[in-house]
Amino acid sequence: MKRARVAYGGAIHDATHHLAGVQLADGRVLPEDAVVWLPPFEVGTVIALGLNYADHVKELAKELTVSAKDEPLAFLKSPGAVIGHRGQTRRPADVKFMHYECELAVVIGRSAKNVKAEDAMQFVAGYSVANDYAIRDYLENYYRPNLRVKNRDTCTVLGPWLVDASDVPNAHDLALRTLVNGVVTQQGNTRDMISDIQTLIAYLSSFMTLGAGDVILTGTPDGVVNVNVGDEVVTEIDGIGRLSNTIVGDAEFGR
Amino acid sequence: MLDEALAHPQGAPLVIEAPVKHWEALSGSGSHGQAFLPPTRGTVYGTLLNHRDALAALGDQVNSAPYKAPPRAPILYIKPRNTVVGHRVPVGVPGDAPELEIGATLGIVIGRTASNVAEDQALDFVAGYTVVNDISVPHASVYRPSLRFKCHDGFCPIGPAIVARRLVPNADALDIVVAIDGETVQRSSTAGLIRPIARLIADVTEFMTLFPGDVLTVGVASGAPRARAGQTVTITIQNVGRLENTLVARAGDGA
Repeated sequence: MKRARVAYGGAIHDATHHLAGVQLADGRVLPEDAVVWLPPFEVGTVIALGLNYADHVKELAKELTVSAKDEPLAFLKSPGAVIGHRGQTRRPADVKFMHYECELAVVIGRSAKNVKAEDAMQFVAGYSVANDYAIRDYLENYYRPNLRVKNRDTCTVLGPWLVDASDVPNAHDLALRTLVNGVVTQQGNTRDMISDIQTLIAYLSSFMTLGAGDVILTGTPDGVVNVNVGDEVVTEIDGIGRLSNTIVGDAEFGR
Repeated sequence: MLDEALAHPQGAPLVIEAPVKHWEALSGSGSHGQAFLPPTRGTVYGTLLNHRDALAALGDQVNSAPYKAPPRAPILYIKPRNTVVGHRVPVGVPGDAPELEIGATLGIVIGRTASNVAEDQALDFVAGYTVVNDISVPHASVYRPSLRFKCHDGFCPIGPAIVARRLVPNADALDIVVAIDGETVQRSSTAGLIRPIARLIADVTEFMTLFPGDVLTVGVASGAPRARAGQTVTITIQNVGRLENTLVARAGDGA
């Protein structure tokens, strides 16, 4: 099943996929553009992976001084940074390089601590699509990637759906891509992750208890390009969803 | 004078606002005292190198690899929800870390949604203050530390209470004392901040909204002490409270 959370008619609703768009729990069927899309579940801890696709590592090689060889390069984001499908993301006027990152989001379904890799998939509730924007102008070398790059308001887009794990036979063979204004700029496949989902859950749960609603953003392949105000950015993963987002400028935010 | 605060003893149905003398009595004293729940469920953001002496301790390293330049924006990280525990809750020491670093710091508790706030209005967004023990596995590099160093379960004791802002008129000049098993091992002050509280809130909310209940720490001073399993750590912040937690060996820990 594909689940969503939307705002409509003065309330927030649980909803499911419908051929005509989306169906609210109360029965109403609405087109996609009639509702406001929220992140599809109550987001807990957001764990993001840097450099988890070999080709993206190559793409960034010039600025790297570490490798993901010894352990996954994970960092945290806060729930407050997350917005839903068809949202607006702010590009500050003074930046030169802001890019999207299309990522498979793995949503944890129940408390997980010291989980073995072979058991790890039992703790996955489902999957979603994430667009984990970064503004490289703000990159500094203390606690990389610093929050000013990676935890900005509106810069983590998640949705539209939470797709039940039971509906995804192989999460390690999903084609993913990004389109900017309809042109494909990034392509990859989740089979090329350096640390796969089992490995990531085993690694993270070896020191931290993961809880329901925690989400692992599993990294992005190469093909990140600058985006500008007015661009429509679609991050898409086959079988999981098509997540749309629009870049807006400072004026919309009164700056 | 500390005469009024919000506290949440474990098992109590609601947060209670009561004179400190009262909840000290309620919770007993010493090692037999009652454990508290954390006084907030918001996101906890840590600040790094915000004490002049802490940045000075890095010395000329800030200009060489991997840092390459002194920090510009606030250096921040997230203490995820699995790390947050209350006053008197025992903290497990990972099997591979004989000593833990005790990061005594003041927590700013946000009272209303703070987005892009001006420095001269920033304190209006503060509900109050609390004591935070930002525990780490000791690590030398602050370039790209592993989540393992700061995100073990229980690595962020907070409390015992949120003390209302009006009761802490001098938050930029508070003495902080760390004691291990009753012996004072570190004295510092919030007077040595590169970004005092109002400035820190302004600079952080420029890119990241802080929500009611979120906690932003002001940063840890240089010379953070270390403690081992079996020792009791007490952090006392003038006018804000006394946070006490015992470190315990973690049974059956595979990490």
